[in-house]
Amino acid sequence: MLPNEIYDKLKTEFGDAVIEFDNKQPTDPFILISADNLFDICHTLRDKDEFVFDYLMCLTGMDFAENVGVVYHLYSMVFKHKIVLKVIVPKSDPKVPSVEMIWRTADWHEREAYDLIGVQFEGHHNPIRILCPYDWEGHPLRKDYEAPEYYHGMKVSY
Amino acid sequence: MGLLDRLDDPYEGGGIILGKIEDILNWGRSKSDWYLHFGLACCAIEFMAMNASHFDFMRFGTIPRTSPRQADFIMVTGTVTFKMADRIKILYEQMAEPKYVISVGSCSNCGGPYWEHGYHVLKGVDRIIPVDVYIPGCPPRPEAFEEGMILLQKKISHQAIFNKRKRLESEV
Repeated sequence: MLPNEIYDKLKTEFGDAVIEFDNKQPTDPFILISADNLFDICHTLRDKDEFVFDYLMCLTGMDFAENVGVVYHLYSMVFKHKIVLKVIVPKSDPKVPSVEMIWRTADWHEREAYDLIGVQFEGHHNPIRILCPYDWEGHPLRKDYEAPEYYHGMKVSY
Repeated sequence: MGLLDRLDDPYEGGGIILGKIEDILNWGRSKSDWYLHFGLACCAIEFMAMNASHFDFMRFGTIPRTSPRQADFIMVTGTVTFKMADRIKILYEQMAEPKYVISVGSCSNCGGPYWEHGYHVLKGVDRIIPVDVYIPGCPPRPEAFEEGMILLQKKISHQAIFNKRKRLESEV
């Protein structure tokens, strides 16, 4: 199934929750969806017989200055088709529903996105840092991040 | 030194070798260093080549130990992140005296490629533990490891053992 066909099917099922489809970028065509219906859309994409997206290739956190986003690369082992989903939420309240219950891959990927970008995944069973130390402050891959001067008495800068 | 030279011709002095006990102890000490290998990054991969039969690290008398209690020196090979720095400090403190540190590669010498934007990297392991020998390289070739080991052996073989505290006090 082609990405625009997937988009049309999702649009008829979920209406306004599916915001737009973009295939003009040099990257893979993606579907922008709202965070509120993310879990239902992902569940449909995995379990409906015409989609069967059984493989979450990658989950990425992104920083768009005033917003943060999460990008989901999905692939179907059965039909060999793929699609990219994007969710954008404001930085002041970066809450995205967790898809860890749908794809187990998302467990560590979501912890990474939380650790480095600071996206809050609601419903994740263990939302703790994965790379940085547990007592680290801030989310280092944000554009406005500034490293602390000292960590446990060790100077951070050169 | 010259202990070995005298062994070549032991009968010149009537079968007697004169030397300081300190020299003999240091000779033994420097030729059997057991090490705690702290592999952190690609330097540790190069260290595998060092340990394999081509370069044969064990001919220096080194034996890899898995416990800091049995180790004479710790070999920090790779990028020391802040998360790991706490652990290195603990392991170093667990080692019994006399203890030495070899810092291998640009990362653990000075932060390496992470020196500017590496918010997570300690800029040199010598900021938390005293380093005896630095081996430069990114990663160093096994020959560099060999030279580092020879330098450490040289350092150990010239160290004071007896009346160390008294000597140090007189220096202060």
